Amino acid sequence: MALLEISDLCASASGKEILRGVDLTVNSAEIHAIMGPNGSGKSTLAQVLVGHPAYVVTRGSVVYDGQDLLDMEPEVRAQAGVFLAFQYPVEIPGVTNAYFLRAAYNEIRKSKGLEEVDPMDFLDLLEEKLKLVEWGPEIMQRAVNAGFSGGEKKRNEILQMAVLEPRLAILDETDSGLDIDALRIVADGVNALKRPENATIIVTHYQRLLNYIVPDFVHVLSAGRIVRSGGKELALELEAKGYEWLTGGAEAA
Amino acid sequence: MIDEYRRTFAAFAANGGGRGPEWLATLRRNGMDRFAAIGFPTTHDEEWRFTPVSSIARVPFTLAPQPTMELSAAEVEPFRFGHDEWPTLVFVNGRYSARLSYRSVLPPGVQLRPLSEVLESEPTSLEGTLGHSGSLDGTSFTALNAAFLQDGAVLSVASGVELPSPMHFVFVATRDAQGVMVHPRNVVQVGDGARVNFIESYLSLDNESSYLTNAVTEVRVGSGAWVEHVRVQRESEAASHIGWTEVHQARDSHYRSFTLALGGRLSRLNLHARSNASNTETLLYGLYLTRNEQLADTHTAIFHDHPNCRSWEVYKGILTDRSRAVFNGKVFVKPEAQKTDAKQTNRNLLLSEGAKVNTKPQLEIFADDVKCTHGATVGRLDETAHFYLQSRGIPRVAARKLLTYAFAAEVVNEVTVAPVREALGRLVWARLAEGT
Repeated sequence: MALLEISDLCASASGKEILRGVDLTVNSAEIHAIMGPNGSGKSTLAQVLVGHPAYVVTRGSVVYDGQDLLDMEPEVRAQAGVFLAFQYPVEIPGVTNAYFLRAAYNEIRKSKGLEEVDPMDFLDLLEEKLKLVEWGPEIMQRAVNAGFSGGEKKRNEILQMAVLEPRLAILDETDSGLDIDALRIVADGVNALKRPENATIIVTHYQRLLNYIVPDFVHVLSAGRIVRSGGKELALELEAKGYEWLTGGAEAA
Repeated sequence: MIDEYRRTFAAFAANGGGRGPEWLATLRRNGMDRFAAIGFPTTHDEEWRFTPVSSIARVPFTLAPQPTMELSAAEVEPFRFGHDEWPTLVFVNGRYSARLSYRSVLPPGVQLRPLSEVLESEPTSLEGTLGHSGSLDGTSFTALNAAFLQDGAVLSVASGVELPSPMHFVFVATRDAQGVMVHPRNVVQVGDGARVNFIESYLSLDNESSYLTNAVTEVRVGSGAWVEHVRVQRESEAASHIGWTEVHQARDSHYRSFTLALGGRLSRLNLHARSNASNTETLLYGLYLTRNEQLADTHTAIFHDHPNCRSWEVYKGILTDRSRAVFNGKVFVKPEAQKTDAKQTNRNLLLSEGAKVNTKPQLEIFADDVKCTHGATVGRLDETAHFYLQSRGIPRVAARKLLTYAFAAEVVNEVTVAPVREALGRLVWARLAEGT
C-alpha cells in the first residue's frame, strides 16, 4: 500500500481554482520532487496536504496510510506523521522554541498513548537533534522564529522535523533564500533523517537543492496539474531548458 | 451620599482616626472636605469618560468593623510569592496583622513597618511625605483615601543598600468584607544608589463579595537608585478597586513597574511617574485580563520635565465575554526636556465579539529634539500562528491558549526576579485556563 495516494485533487482559494486534478502516489522510502514555475500550484498542494484553512478541496481524494487525510484536522494529520516545512515559517513572540517543540512533541506522544516527557528529558533528546542542524542549546530559549534570519527559520523547520520524526515530510521551497552553507546544513539534515518507512516530498522552483537531496522521482506541476514525471534527470533537463517547453507558457515563470 | 461619608468620617475621627498628631488630623479633615466638595467623578469628567463609578457611588461603603475576622496563615499562604523568608506585611480588611506578617531580620538601613505603627511611634517622621503629596490630594478617590488613611506599608531603604529579596505587601479582603471600604496608604522611600524590589498584592478570599479598595502608593526613588515595583490586583470579581501610584524619581534613577489586573468588577489604576532631574529611566509594563462584565481601566502619566530621560511603556490587555478595558497613556514633555526618549505601546487582544476597548495615547510634546512614539492595537489572535501550531500537532484549543498566553508573556517576562516572574506566569496561565 502506498503511503500517500492523491487522486484527481482539485482545490481553490478565495473562489479561484488552483489545483485542477493532481494525481500522485508516494511510497515509503521514496523522495519525490515537485517542480514547476511560480503560480503552478506547488505551494497550494503542500498547504492542502496539511489542511490549511485558506484552501477548499473541491474534488478528489487523498489517502494517507490507509486513512482519508482530507477528513482529518490539521493537528491530527501532524500526529499521524505528516509534516510541512513552511516556506514562510511563522514568528511566535512570547513562546520559546523549547516550550513550543516540547508541546508539539508531547501532543504527538499523547496521540500515540505514550507518556509525556518532562523538560529535562526533553533537553537530552534535543541535544542530539541540535547537532544535526549545527546549533547550540541557546537557540531553544529564543522565541519561536522571532527575529530569526531567513536561513535560521529554515534550519528551525528542519530541527522541528528532526524532533517530531514525521513519516511524510513535505518541504515547501526550503531552499529559497538560503546561502550555500545553510543549504548544505538543511540538506544534510533531511538526508540524515531518511528512513525506509518514511517518505519526502520536496517542493521547489530550482534544481539546486536536488544536488544535495537526490530525488527518486521528479514531477512538473503546471496550471494545477502534473504534466510530466520522470527520474532525477528530469530536474537537470528543466534546469537547462526552463519550464516553457513543458508548460507551453501556461503561466508566467 | 456625601452625608453618609461625613457621618462615617465623624465616627472614624471620634474613634481610632482621632488619634495621632495634629498634622495628620488636618490631612484627614482636608481630605474629607475635598471629597465632600467634589463627590465621586462622573462620565462627564474627561478622566472618567469611559468608566462609570455609579456602582461605587450608589452604595455607601463603611469601614470594616474592628477587630476584624480572624484568618489563618494557611488561608493567606497561597497568595505569597517566592520564598517563605521574604519579608511580608499582611493587612486584613485594611488593618495590619502582626500575626500573619513576617518581618525577618532586615539588613541594616532597611525599615519595613505598618503605617499605623509609624504614626504612633514616630508621629512626625512622615509629616513631610504624607502631608505634601501634591497632585494626590486633588481627586475624589485620593481625597477619600486621605480622609480615611490609617494603615498600609512603609518601606524605607537607606542609601547604597541592596535588598537581598523582594518585600511583599499583602492586602486581604475577608469573606465578610461585603460593603466594606479600605483605604491603604503605602509609602516607599529608596535612598540614593539603593536597589529595591517590592510587590503589592490586593486579593480576596471570596470572589463574590462586593467591597471597595481605594489604595494610594507613593514611591520616592533616590539618585542612582534602582527600583522594581510589582503590583498584583486580584480582588473579588464583584469588588471595586481604585489604585493610585505616584512615583518621584531623582537623577540617574531607574524605576520599573509591572502591574497585573485580574480582579474587580470595576478596577482603575492611575500610575504617575515624575522625574525631578535628568537622566532617569522609567519602564512601565502592565497586563489586564477581563471577563464577564469586568471593566479594567488604566491611566498612566509620565512627566518628562528634565533633559535626557527615557521612558518605555508596554501595556497589554486580553478581553473576553462582554468585558471592557480602558487605557489612557499620557506623556508630557516640557520644552526643557530635550533628548527625551519615550515610547508607549498598548496592545489588546479581543477573544469575543462583545468585548470592547477604549484606548487613547495622549502625547503632549513641547520640546523639539526628542524621540517620542506611540502605538495602540486592538485585534484578534493571529490565525497564521494558530495554524502553524496546529500543523505541529497542537490541538486547536491548546494552540489558542498558548498564543493567548504568549501575548501576555511578553510583558510578564519583563519582571526581573525569577520566582516572582514564574509565579505571575502561573497566575496568568491559570486564569487563561479558566477561559480568560
